[in-house]
Amino acid sequence: MTEDTIGKKKGWFSRLKDGLKRSSTALSGGIGDIFVKRKLDAATIEELEDLLIMSDLGAAVSRAVCEKLSKNRFDKEIAPEEVQAALAREIAEILRPVATPLNIEADHKPYIILMVGVNGSGKTTTIGKLAKKFQKEGKSVMLGAGDTFRAAAIEQLQVWGDRNKVPVVSGKVGSDAAGLAYDAIQRARAENSDILMIDTAGRLQNKSHLMAELSKIIRVIKKQDEAAPHATLLVLDATTGQNAVQQAKVFQQAADVSGLIMTKLDGTARGGVLVSIAEKFDLPIHAIGVGESIDDLQSFDADDFSKMLVGLEI
Amino acid sequence: MFDSLSDKLGGIFDKLKRRGALKEADVRQAMREVRVALLEADVALPVVKDFIASVTERAVGQEVMKSVSPGQMVVKIVNDHLTEMLGSDTSGISLAAVAPVPILMVGLQGSGKTTSAAKIAKRLKEKENKKVMMASLDIYRPAAMEQLKILGEQIGVPTLPIIDGQLPVDIAKRAMTAAKLQGMDVILLDTAGRLHIDQTLMAEIIGVREAVTPHETLLVVDSLTGQDAVNVAQSFSDQIGITGVVLTRMDGDGRGGAALSMRAVTGQPIKLVGTGEKLDDIEEFHPERVASRILGMGDVVSLVEKAAETIEAAEAEVMIKKMKKGQFDFDDLRAQLRQMKKLGGMSSILGMLPGIGKAQKKMANANIDDSLLKRQEAIINSMTPMERGRPKLLNASRKKRIASGAGVSVQEINKLIKMQKQMAVMMKKMGKMGQGGGMPLPGQIPPGMEGLIPK
Repeated sequence: MTEDTIGKKKGWFSRLKDGLKRSSTALSGGIGDIFVKRKLDAATIEELEDLLIMSDLGAAVSRAVCEKLSKNRFDKEIAPEEVQAALAREIAEILRPVATPLNIEADHKPYIILMVGVNGSGKTTTIGKLAKKFQKEGKSVMLGAGDTFRAAAIEQLQVWGDRNKVPVVSGKVGSDAAGLAYDAIQRARAENSDILMIDTAGRLQNKSHLMAELSKIIRVIKKQDEAAPHATLLVLDATTGQNAVQQAKVFQQAADVSGLIMTKLDGTARGGVLVSIAEKFDLPIHAIGVGESIDDLQSFDADDFSKMLVGLEI
Repeated sequence: MFDSLSDKLGGIFDKLKRRGALKEADVRQAMREVRVALLEADVALPVVKDFIASVTERAVGQEVMKSVSPGQMVVKIVNDHLTEMLGSDTSGISLAAVAPVPILMVGLQGSGKTTSAAKIAKRLKEKENKKVMMASLDIYRPAAMEQLKILGEQIGVPTLPIIDGQLPVDIAKRAMTAAKLQGMDVILLDTAGRLHIDQTLMAEIIGVREAVTPHETLLVVDSLTGQDAVNVAQSFSDQIGITGVVLTRMDGDGRGGAALSMRAVTGQPIKLVGTGEKLDDIEEFHPERVASRILGMGDVVSLVEKAAETIEAAEAEVMIKKMKKGQFDFDDLRAQLRQMKKLGGMSSILGMLPGIGKAQKKMANANIDDSLLKRQEAIINSMTPMERGRPKLLNASRKKRIASGAGVSVQEINKLIKMQKQMAVMMKKMGKMGQGGGMPLPGQIPPGMEGLIPK
């Protein structure tokens, strides 16, 4: 999120905050409740741990964060804001190394982006939002309707194409997704597009035949351009619990995922599982979706996200 | 890395070895681990706490029965309690109302409402001979209405014609009228995905509810949902009022957690579970089965029922005759491989068998999966009919020919022959025993499958 967002920083922050506020209200309210006039004792730390667990940080990570927090402050009087700030710092430290914006390298043309993820995570919607963002940056975009499985998936992407006035390459329902990818690359080259985003069908990571199909799509793309796909983005649903870790692991193995986007952070789900994922895999987190409108895709900022997660203002 | 809940609990209870009454210290230690295991399986924290508290109370001081180990005793107590929490009986979709019975589907974005609506429609049509119509009230997501229409065509269920620009409440009313006029038994109303905190959209759905008074309001929830499941369930339940839950993506590997939370929070039964990509892949929810599956005690009943549905009676009869004679050639093996594919492949079958959780994981690690079934079938397909009927014919040169025909190594052919031989021996034994004796005991690998599982 570069030039276009700097110009209206207030809008960016307020939107992000609106989205994440709901996520953090419960958590921060909870912390406030715990720490008014209290010592940081074992029982309090356990309650704090519970609060992190409830934001999907997972049992192990929640424990680790709390242990670090309590090391120097155990048995001391501590104000709620101080705990929140310290907690945010601990979490931000884990997230900072992976907070990397999606960088479109101009020396690849078309820059090929493959979108992958489980069913219903928000791949197609994210493509629609990204298309708008890239267009605003003055790039020409083309979309490939690679979800040839789900009913009306092609039509859904077509609507996003129409909204953004970008061409959509599509085939027949039930046709080979790898073939569609091939066609899309051919056309993006012929029309000199800067960026080609290829949608894929949602698949659960434990279905080996579907993961093999994904590998095939990538093989076909590589035959066209050895460096491609230049970005393979895994779309994670913030509502998902610890299974998101498994999704990141398996998709990384099968599709060589290059980065993550987390959607649906405008609900009450807090997406704390990103902290586990950041600890376990060296996967850049590019962006988060904080609303339904086309502008609601924001770049991922470790400090803001961590502060919001523990209920601090940014 | 992420063990399934059943593996974890299995591991924990293996440690409890002492006999006599269950000591509080032992139980508490086991429960600490149960807590972590449940949390990592995404069971909501408040539900976990309730569960641990009551199960601890129940377990402490209980005399361990002579025939079981303390670990098994705790598993039994935990299992009983889990089953209770999940709901003590099976509850299907109720159609006991004046036709057309309106069924409303609600849930978050991407939870699987539209696909579930089509699966339910197909089920009602085929299993209960109902005349079903579907209507999409999703005016927001691009091509959502189109999606339902296409699904309707695929399953032969009519959908309400799409009129652009109509509001959800009006579509719902129009759907009721159309269903009435066409003499439908059921009208399934699919709605747009919405956040439970989006007041505008929640008000919209309340409007729909008031317009059609649905007999069933089903909350569709992704079984991979994390801690947020509590908030979602609570909000939808409080604001709209739901009569049941449909749990989707139960074929994923994040099994259990949300299922446990849902019933506890909403007080409503889980009526159906989505188990795959095909429109047939929807099943009734059986609390006792899911509880025992979670605890690693397998889901034997489920497997038997599923097999009964798939295996055609005629085929079974031929099989029994052969079994009595103690014959089992490659034609039979091929038939069985195909049967297994129909059942949802190795991994899904193994998941249902007791004690196989660990073996299944081994298989996953060794990258042995359903493609093995395909390869084995290819090997059999590369044999001549005579070879299939008389496995003894297979000498070295025939094996070589088959190997090149199927694109595999001779080693793989040998493995398959070994499997066929083992099966033949089993069949002979079973034939002698007459009826029964078919199901393996819990913890045992089913006959003939040993070859498929790496040591």
